[in-house]
Amino acid sequence: MSDATLTPARVALVGNPNTGKTALFNALTGSRQKVANYAGVTVERKEGHVTTASGRSLSILDLPGTYSLRARSPDEAVTRDAVLGRLAGEVEPDVVVAVADATNLRLVLRLILELRAVGRPMVLALNMYDIAQRQGLRIDLEGLQRELGCPIVTTVATRKRGIDELTAQVEALIASGAVSTENVWHEPGAAEIRGAHREAQRLLKAYVRPPERPDTITGKVDAVLLHPVAGLAILFSLLFLMFQAVFTWAAPAMDAINALAEWLGVVVNQNLPEGLLRSFIAEGVIAGVGSVLVFLPQILVLFFFIILLEDFGYMARAAFLMDRIMGGAGLHGRAFIPLLSSFACAIPGIMSTRVIDNKRDRIATILVAPLMTCSARIPVYTLIIGAFIPDTKVWGLSLQGLVMFGLYAAGIISALAVSFVTRRVFWRGAVEPFLMELPTYKLPSLENVARNVLLRAQIFISRAGRIIFPLMIVVWFLSTFPGPPAGATGPAIDYSLAGRLGHLLAPLLAPIGFNWQMTVALIPGFAAREVAVAALGTVYAIGEADSAAGGALSAQLAHNWSLATGLSFLAWYVFAPQCASTLAVVKRETNSWTWPTVMFLYMTALAYLASFTVYHVAVSMAGG
Amino acid sequence: MHDMLAEPAGAAAAQADGSVRLSAARPGDRGVIVSVGADTHPDAHGVDSDELLRRLLEFGFVEGALIEVLHEGAIRHDPIAVKLDDMRVALRRRDAEDVWVRLESR
Repeated sequence: MSDATLTPARVALVGNPNTGKTALFNALTGSRQKVANYAGVTVERKEGHVTTASGRSLSILDLPGTYSLRARSPDEAVTRDAVLGRLAGEVEPDVVVAVADATNLRLVLRLILELRAVGRPMVLALNMYDIAQRQGLRIDLEGLQRELGCPIVTTVATRKRGIDELTAQVEALIASGAVSTENVWHEPGAAEIRGAHREAQRLLKAYVRPPERPDTITGKVDAVLLHPVAGLAILFSLLFLMFQAVFTWAAPAMDAINALAEWLGVVVNQNLPEGLLRSFIAEGVIAGVGSVLVFLPQILVLFFFIILLEDFGYMARAAFLMDRIMGGAGLHGRAFIPLLSSFACAIPGIMSTRVIDNKRDRIATILVAPLMTCSARIPVYTLIIGAFIPDTKVWGLSLQGLVMFGLYAAGIISALAVSFVTRRVFWRGAVEPFLMELPTYKLPSLENVARNVLLRAQIFISRAGRIIFPLMIVVWFLSTFPGPPAGATGPAIDYSLAGRLGHLLAPLLAPIGFNWQMTVALIPGFAAREVAVAALGTVYAIGEADSAAGGALSAQLAHNWSLATGLSFLAWYVFAPQCASTLAVVKRETNSWTWPTVMFLYMTALAYLASFTVYHVAVSMAGG
Repeated sequence: MHDMLAEPAGAAAAQADGSVRLSAARPGDRGVIVSVGADTHPDAHGVDSDELLRRLLEFGFVEGALIEVLHEGAIRHDPIAVKLDDMRVALRRRDAEDVWVRLESR
């Protein structure tokens, strides 16, 4: 048996969505989890380890939820290929654990029939068994076990019940020498799906007695949450609350991260001799990493809400309510969550488009996600609004606040418009069908929510770090080399590659009212939008300008720029693809240079057009 | 009034056996699915008819299933949420056009 303890047995979790599969994975593996990507595809690979009571090591793979092995999305294709043992770079599983919601067996029975055709040793985990018992649902486990030909274990993942029995059963299956039988699975046709449903119906009738006290809460809650008027009102109130929370709860943590980065910069500046190394560490590494990490608190708050609502069962309802509204612009109802996440940062938003089955629907969503006003634009907006928009009230509302709101609205409206045009002009034809299970409402387990939020954070840091960090180095290099000649009077950046590039581009951007200082600041602004604020500080030689407060800078800008130029700069920032990281993530997610190129071109064109219009309208109004 | 003019299959014309298209059903309507298809408007779904048919079947829209329309969206009464046997499913009326339901008399 020494061999068995050395190589862990491979177990794959397969099941419908909303069956508590991830909760079961968490209960099995605890903190012994690892998240990566499958080779060649951008689907998350979640693996964990568990040691059984008898000391055997199992490696557990949490496969994406699916209703059928006939995969439609990249996620579902991974599940199919993993089960079939034909996923590049993966070894086929020794045992498949089919995870089922004990209160909702019909569709999973059909999936189990498909899995049985694959022929791998299988254990059925009837999860949420406590709810089934509370409802008075009776399942003849013996009979079902006999019919399906696989052992059945009842579990309550959120309370960690049945976990040892499950691992023991998996172990027993391996010890019994169960091996895969011949794989006779093929993509089922309509007639076969009908046949499988009849078989599932027969099994249900023979071995499951319907609940004596069926769930009535879901129906009552839906009567309110899916109400055409009240439902939408509640959805928008929830969104409003989420935004409030994203901006207010995250603020102290963001301030702390900024302060920490500044403090580290000061420490480095005091302790290292002046020179390239100091500049690299303080301005390249610390400022670069800080400018990414500063969004982490907002992303955590946003994901806390999204995961909480998801576990509660609300997100499918939100997609239902939004489907027709977004459908008018040619977007799929499921694009709602990715676009929502993009208000914090387009990167997690683009990463979460993986839930959209159809490639065109997904790419349409990816293309418009950066038009949602991400938090990185806020420092730029605040600076320019503070400098050019008078702090007065219009109809009792702050004019500055109204402009800010207008910039958000411009982003949303243009995203819908771009998607609309894309679907009408380039991809004519109907949007994919919208078929979605509305799961029964469940009280979320705080432990699971916390674990998933931390997981999201970990993914954001590692992925963003791998993409953003090298980019920050490139931008630092461009803004630093070559250094100013001896006796130079202007700011150092003026002599660097970035400065020269800025001067080179200046004539191109002159028609939209940009001066060369602005063009130069745009170059480092490609690393991350808010870096432009610090860069403007550098070009206007404010010295160690505080990028957050920017009081002095604001006054300087008000003095140097015309109102038209200020407004033109705002318009530019609504549209411009001023974020190299987003483009890099789009490249990764679409696995092609086509889409980042398309995104860059269309956003630059829109930005130029918008700035040009705003600048000339403003000039003519001021001149008239 | 229920705005059926916008719907692809026209009015809620009943079959000889009294069944109606699911795309024309109203909240509160309940009955048994008598036939499932997807071919009246093959180009209206973004996927071909066979694919839509299989997706409908996979979600449990099969002959003999009990169905009740629970809710509908605010714009053009679309999409709809139905109770299908013992689970709840949301779908667009356009894709439910060839699902025929024999309604229970209310």
